[in-house]
Amino acid sequence: MRALGNIFRLGVKELYSLARDPVLMGLILYTFTFAVFTVANGVRTEVRNAAVAIVDEDRSGISSRIIGALLPPYFKPPRVISSQEMNPAMDRGDYSFVLTIPSGFQRDLLAGKQPEIQLNVDATAMTLAGNGTRYIQRIVQTELERFVAEDGRQSVLPAEIVSRARFNPNLESKWFLAVMQVTGNITILSVILSGAAVIREREHGTIEHLLVMPLRPIEIMLAKIWANGLVIVSAAVLSLVLVVRGVLGIPVPGSVAVFAMGAGVYLFAVTSLGIMLATFARTMPQFGLLAIPVFVVLYMLSGGMTPLEAMPEPLHTGMQFSPATHFTSFAQAVLYRGAGLDLVWRDLLAVAAIGAVFCALALYRFRRTMSVG
Amino acid sequence: MPDEAGLRLRRVSHRYGPIQALEDVSLTLPAGQMVGLIGPDGVGKSTLLGLIAGVRKIQHGYVAVLGGDMADPAHRATAYPRIAYMPQGLGRNLYPTLSVRENVDFFGRLFGQGARERAGRIAELLDSTGLGPFAERPAGKLSGGMKQKLSLCCALIHDPDLLILDEPTTGVDPLSRRQFWELIARIRTRRPGMTVITATAYMSEAEGFDHLVAMDAGRVLATGTPGELKSRTGCATLEDAFVALLPREKRAGHRKVVLPPRDRTDRAIAIEADGLTMRFGDFTAVDHVSFRIERGEIFGFLGSNGCGKTTTMKMLTGLLTPSEGHAHLFGQEVDTADLTIRGRVGYMSQSFSLYSELSVRQNLSLHAQLFQLSPARQRARVAELLERFDLADVASARPESLPLGLRQRLQLAVAVLHEPEMLILDEPTSGVDPVARDAFWELLIALSRQDGVTIFISTHFMNEAARCDRISFMHAGRVLAVGTPQELCDMRGAGTLEDAFIAYLEDAGGQEDTGTPSPPQGVVPGASGWLSPRRIWAFARREAVELLRDRIRLAFALLGPMVLMLAVGFGISFDVKNLTYAALDQDQSAESRAFLRQLSSSTYFAEKPPMENLAAIDRRLRAGDITLAVVIAPGFGHDLLSGERPEVAAWLDGSNTVRAETARGYVEAAFLSYLAELSRGESGTTPVLSSARVVPRFRYNQSFESAYAIPPGVLMMMLIMIPTMLTALGIVREKEMGSITNLYAAPVRKLEFLLGKQAPYILLAMVSFVLLLAMLLEVFGLRIQGSLGALVGGAVLYVTAATGFGLVISSFVRSQIAAIFASSIIVMIPTVNFSGMLYPVSTLDRGTRLIGEAFPPLYFQRISTGVFNKGLPFEALYPNHLALAGFCVLFWVLAVVLLKKQEA
Repeated sequence: MRALGNIFRLGVKELYSLARDPVLMGLILYTFTFAVFTVANGVRTEVRNAAVAIVDEDRSGISSRIIGALLPPYFKPPRVISSQEMNPAMDRGDYSFVLTIPSGFQRDLLAGKQPEIQLNVDATAMTLAGNGTRYIQRIVQTELERFVAEDGRQSVLPAEIVSRARFNPNLESKWFLAVMQVTGNITILSVILSGAAVIREREHGTIEHLLVMPLRPIEIMLAKIWANGLVIVSAAVLSLVLVVRGVLGIPVPGSVAVFAMGAGVYLFAVTSLGIMLATFARTMPQFGLLAIPVFVVLYMLSGGMTPLEAMPEPLHTGMQFSPATHFTSFAQAVLYRGAGLDLVWRDLLAVAAIGAVFCALALYRFRRTMSVG
Repeated sequence: MPDEAGLRLRRVSHRYGPIQALEDVSLTLPAGQMVGLIGPDGVGKSTLLGLIAGVRKIQHGYVAVLGGDMADPAHRATAYPRIAYMPQGLGRNLYPTLSVRENVDFFGRLFGQGARERAGRIAELLDSTGLGPFAERPAGKLSGGMKQKLSLCCALIHDPDLLILDEPTTGVDPLSRRQFWELIARIRTRRPGMTVITATAYMSEAEGFDHLVAMDAGRVLATGTPGELKSRTGCATLEDAFVALLPREKRAGHRKVVLPPRDRTDRAIAIEADGLTMRFGDFTAVDHVSFRIERGEIFGFLGSNGCGKTTTMKMLTGLLTPSEGHAHLFGQEVDTADLTIRGRVGYMSQSFSLYSELSVRQNLSLHAQLFQLSPARQRARVAELLERFDLADVASARPESLPLGLRQRLQLAVAVLHEPEMLILDEPTSGVDPVARDAFWELLIALSRQDGVTIFISTHFMNEAARCDRISFMHAGRVLAVGTPQELCDMRGAGTLEDAFIAYLEDAGGQEDTGTPSPPQGVVPGASGWLSPRRIWAFARREAVELLRDRIRLAFALLGPMVLMLAVGFGISFDVKNLTYAALDQDQSAESRAFLRQLSSSTYFAEKPPMENLAAIDRRLRAGDITLAVVIAPGFGHDLLSGERPEVAAWLDGSNTVRAETARGYVEAAFLSYLAELSRGESGTTPVLSSARVVPRFRYNQSFESAYAIPPGVLMMMLIMIPTMLTALGIVREKEMGSITNLYAAPVRKLEFLLGKQAPYILLAMVSFVLLLAMLLEVFGLRIQGSLGALVGGAVLYVTAATGFGLVISSFVRSQIAAIFASSIIVMIPTVNFSGMLYPVSTLDRGTRLIGEAFPPLYFQRISTGVFNKGLPFEALYPNHLALAGFCVLFWVLAVVLLKKQEA
């Protein structure tokens, strides 16, 4: 009871400190508004605005139909270039795809000789290259089928597969990225905010003052966790409601309340991690350098950017110990698929368990390192 | 024309926000004399010195120094080399990790001295100040007195005509103080023309000056020789004379502090130290210290900085656990885990350790709450303390805006708030003016005599020590003597406590002897020329030495990127495998089973238990159990064979769009190959499934693996994030620590300072580049297919731009936290998302693309993939190099504009 009172009061103090630092507040605001908006709105993982060029050596009816079939918003208007222009243009990165229609293509097609169209792909951009290739193949294929059908012949496929996507029917990456930005930013902010708050107390000597009072280190730590956590969870929830649903107009079907609860548990884990890192660094510059690898890994490798299944086995296993992995999986289930607690409790439990380990380690280090010097 | 060597101020005013620091000050000071500024804290002494030294920007009025106007940049440039400025605070302008010699050497380099000249001057200066034997000791490990002597060496290395000292002896023990002034006196006999202006809180020191300026509340009260001031007020001592000069309302209530005798019936032991010892590594800070303090006693602790006073106090409060020995409070062993004892002790640390972001009242309330006072008691106690410590007028002000004396009063109020039985006070009056100090002592005496509070206090002021019941002299971690002030004087046969203390110190032999100061030599060159490579080198060299000493930072800077290269280089992968799926086969024909076999035998897919009905599709997808659900309707096999073109449905989990797109591609491909297989089985010939084929050719990455495409991007990420973080803290840290003054006071151009600060980090980033390059080649099996020169050249320009961006952040922000935030968030988001590393730039929408193009990573990403993946020569890449060079210039310009060469 006494401890709870102390934790509460120290946390209120923490909130005052935050409110008095306009630069920090400004950066938190920026992170949950502008940064979420630009990434979600600007970046596409699906094929959109792809730059295509065509080397048309056939100049036939079918070749102009193919050119006409590559439509916005998936493609920028295709440019017709010569075969000499192709290599330098691809080297410069002007086009991601170049289709080469050989001369005599239409003739061979109608003669049933199964001619080939070559598709040059800039494979340095993995997402676009893979998906775009399949798109172009499908579009060209469809166009050819129609052309051949008009010529009086039957389609040759004996059966078809029809794929539909649940939860995001058009597979718009904007939906995915917006929420993943929110969760990723929660990670970066919490690690830095809580860790830097500890280093600042030490550099200003205020931690020493707290340690001579009838307070336990765990009370000081938990106060930091709840106060910083509250600010970030509120910012994240507001961002979800106002920026993601409001400004970006993305229908988030899941329960914001369940998300907020999960975010609270997650915050406990990542702020503990931040405090733990702070106990390994003596100065702010050291902390900054130590924090980078940690939040980059959490931000990029928790399944919010590329699927977890794609990672090499050791890394995949390793990332199971990251709270961000479970939280990302939790957020995707709750927010997109509308899953309830009955479906996601395992992820939550994992986050809480990992958080408890971080918290215990942080406390151990905190006791050992804070009093000296 | 003002007197060439003298000083003239006319109607000078200065304010910080709402606070008026100087108000209409006019002053003429003679050349070649010892001038003293005396007055309480916060009256504008430091501001005045800053304006004279040219480190503060003049707001109003005219300041003439060394025959010119200090508002004129051209005059400042010629004046800086002739002025030496020592800021307030012990060793504040020194670099703690650099050795004594390296510190002096750095200042010599700043003033453009050659190697031989420097070596000679350093040897002489260190000899004359007695620092010679400690030349290799890091400045951070010197005692307070030695730090101040080192600061003086740094100030004197360029033979200044005007020496400005801002409270050089505050917090310094008596012996070191005496030696310091002897040193100054000897230097002045060698350089008679030199003017020395000193601000001081010690009136006994001011007695020895030629000319005094007494100040209060931003105004000059009086000027004259010490004798003149005393005779004008009719006082015997300067201290009394100063009090007499103060306006009546400030004098009110000030009277001589008297210590009533202690009631000695209660002789219980409150504090007992028994062989307390503290070692940090091989350094013994406190060496078997023992003493006993009785209840209600005022026990004084005297000794130089770094002699172990603070460490001893921390062991008593339980902040530090002793390496050896025991400490008992109220007969109980000090136990860090025991909270009850803490409620009986009040502690005040040497530096201000309350929350500057809370108001005075909030600070008091917070502590009242934390000490578990009842709500009614909290209110009463806070009101009582505001009254008693005279803080009611500033109750809603924040401590950072208050003068030091008031802040110390607040700290004491907090320390006594819970009515502890014991107070442990670490230099509570350091830097507090005489009137405020006396008021402070009256409070302490009342606590001791009326409430029976035991007080353990450390101080540098001898008149305070004389008020204690007993004192102990401490030196180099050991207690030299304990007794009443009278006993200690008698024991040494000394007339004053100060003499007694010095006698003890000299016996202990810890204090170095002083030699003879150096004669003046040569003329010092000014800040001539456009950019001086020598001065850039001075800054770069110092920064590099500091960096090399900080092994942890160095290790983090080099290992962090390598760890990340492994994790991100392998971890970011679009080559999806093991996609989970479940089937609902309502047909159960040979054909349907054949298709499902096709899926289950593929490495791309991982099969989960089949679904039992249509409702299961949604449930399983929602639970995240599967990514893909394949549904084969009844009659599929029949329809297929009869040519009715049946459909198979594939349901995807769209919550992760990247994975869903991949899964769709794979399942469609699997279906096509199933159809091909099927018809081959029937007819024995490869069927004609389409009339023509679109054959993809993956360029630059034939096998189409993420492990080739992503690592060049990770290189791009690492070479901007780490270097930016390295320099982003550089300048703001100097601002927080105080050594930025050296930039303000030295004849240096801003660009020289910036380039010097940047150079070591460029070098460090290039070392990191080489390590990462080796990893790309050896671990990831990439090959340099294009121009290696283009890559290396690009890397140099890129890390220069990155470190330059860090400098821009550092010049702009005011706190280290803000710098960390800015350099991680502002850098990370566009670097990952808008640089072309994961998503091609050509697909970004226009606004976002502009953001990407306004930041360096995009250009280095092109160079990196151009060289590793595309095999491009320099001719195809140089526009990116030009862009990066442009960023370097842009960031230098921005940093120069944002960096202030003077304080506000």
